[in-house]
Amino acid sequence: MAELPSIQPEKRKSARSARWENFARGIYRFRSNTLSMIGLTMLIFILLVAVFAPIIAPYPEDASGKTRVIARLQPPSAEFAFGTDKIGRDIFSRVVMGTGLALQVGTVIILLATTIGVTIGAISGYAGGWLDDFLMRITDIFLTVPALVLAIAISAALGKGIINAMIGISLVWWPGFARLTRSLVLSLREEPFVEAAYGIGAGHMRIIFRHILPNAVSPIIIKMTTDFGFAVLTAAALGFIGLGAQPPTPEWGAMINDGRRFFPDEWWIATFPGIAIWLMVFSWNLIGDGLRDVLDPRSRR
Amino acid sequence: MNIRFYILRRIVLVIPTLLGLSILTFSIARIVPGDPVGLAAGPQATEEIKAALRRELGLDQPLPIQYVNYMTGLFRGDWGESLYTRRSVIGDLRTFWPATLELTTAAVAIATILGVPAGVISAMYRNRLPDHVARVLSLFFVSFPSFWLAMIFQTWFGLELGWFPISKRLPVLVAPPAATTGLFLVDSLIQLDLQTFLVSLRHLFIPALVLSFGAFASITRITRASMVEALEKDFVRMERAIGIPYRIIIFKYVLRNALIATITVISLNFGWLMAGAILIETIFDWPGLGLYAVKASLSLDFQPIMGIAILYGIVFSIVNILTDIVYGILDPRIRYG
Repeated sequence: MAELPSIQPEKRKSARSARWENFARGIYRFRSNTLSMIGLTMLIFILLVAVFAPIIAPYPEDASGKTRVIARLQPPSAEFAFGTDKIGRDIFSRVVMGTGLALQVGTVIILLATTIGVTIGAISGYAGGWLDDFLMRITDIFLTVPALVLAIAISAALGKGIINAMIGISLVWWPGFARLTRSLVLSLREEPFVEAAYGIGAGHMRIIFRHILPNAVSPIIIKMTTDFGFAVLTAAALGFIGLGAQPPTPEWGAMINDGRRFFPDEWWIATFPGIAIWLMVFSWNLIGDGLRDVLDPRSRR
Repeated sequence: MNIRFYILRRIVLVIPTLLGLSILTFSIARIVPGDPVGLAAGPQATEEIKAALRRELGLDQPLPIQYVNYMTGLFRGDWGESLYTRRSVIGDLRTFWPATLELTTAAVAIATILGVPAGVISAMYRNRLPDHVARVLSLFFVSFPSFWLAMIFQTWFGLELGWFPISKRLPVLVAPPAATTGLFLVDSLIQLDLQTFLVSLRHLFIPALVLSFGAFASITRITRASMVEALEKDFVRMERAIGIPYRIIIFKYVLRNALIATITVISLNFGWLMAGAILIETIFDWPGLGLYAVKASLSLDFQPIMGIAILYGIVFSIVNILTDIVYGILDPRIRYG
């Protein structure tokens, strides 16, 4: 009797170690991909800037509405590295202070969209039948119109502001995740281990969350990573149109809109926030590209 | 199953989706917490004036009735009118839509012309320098905020270098070609007016180029992936064995196989760029749906926004059906069923 239980932990350990081995191999392949390492370095740099923003920014209060009208429209100088805007705020400080906001916006949108999309996709793929048809028709409705158009409509209806823009973008972002999850669940549902779990009496919830979804994680993570940059880009686009963040929020898209009137004579107002957006999106795209190679080896040979 | 029947079935299947879309946009337009009518009537408007305006627009009726009225209007060609300009939405869409269509189509064309060869080269030089360069370049360009890059290009190519006009579809003094399609490039060709054709091409080029960057990466990637897959097929080895030149194998046999997947991505991109055009149009003062949509959304004018969403839905559905047809032409193995 004393020996029987010892078999169980050993088996579990071997399953875990196989998973760990896969993970270690993945890390190795990710690290040998120069481009994604560059992307990761850029992202770590961005994270550091976001965390230490109040220390890095020479005038952190410029992000929350302080003005300096005497020094308005100053070109880049030692005092104001990226110049100043129409009411004398330091662009460098505002770009730095906006980094954390951009990261938050991307995180919230992607997490919301993943939660909604994965839930709907998993239910749809697992349940099948009329429920699947119904949920997929709803997904189709969102996919017949380009996301940006609906995002503009929803955020306009909810009212201008960064929170509403984030809600609007999340509400149009989930269908991609739903489609992806559904297709993964559809094929995993037929696997012998699911049948086995069902055979020993596991409930539907347990099968979905413990057996099916853990095996569907890789493609979902790839999509989350590649989508992150584009979510930030979309939020910036809404800010640029004037529907997203409102002044004095240091949101990069809104800052570009702010500088548009002064372009190209006072080029610095719009140029630096644009470069910041590009850096953020580019780093996520590089990482996503590398992850795709690691987690989905068929995509790059 | 016969192809005509298949297409008919696809068209019928689009109807419930578009109905759902109309319900969705209608609900969005009615959840507005602000008071669009109050805004439109102006600050001096009394309650009676606002109530009268509401009655006139049918906004005092229960929501289901409003929806039924809206839908019957849609089918009769009456898509409502703008709260502000009081112009009919369908008329506005007819005016602005060709400009957006022309811009989007040109951008998709540029992205295809650049992206497919880049994908082919990547696949031919897999994991060697040209492959890496194409990969980095496509990620590099897709990461730019298009509206920002549009501003930069407008300044460089329009102001500094003076190579291209900075805004609009035509110079103020040039009359647009007689409208047959509303696409200036096509119309001017129909009129055999080469001068107008060239002028509008110059106006179109930079906006379309900037817009195309958004599609470049995905087209390159899918072309590369499907080329790589096709290159490993047995028929390629066989063709090489019997001595067919590599170039001919690539362009005549492999590319044709690979293009099938690329077509899908191109058509998806058409939809995305149609939305991206909204931002580009704002910068280049391009008189299309984008400018119209931005203006309407900032002033909570929902009738035009609903119209735009439904128009985009219809266009995108048509593009998808066309894609399926092209699919069948490129790949004779596909049976419609």
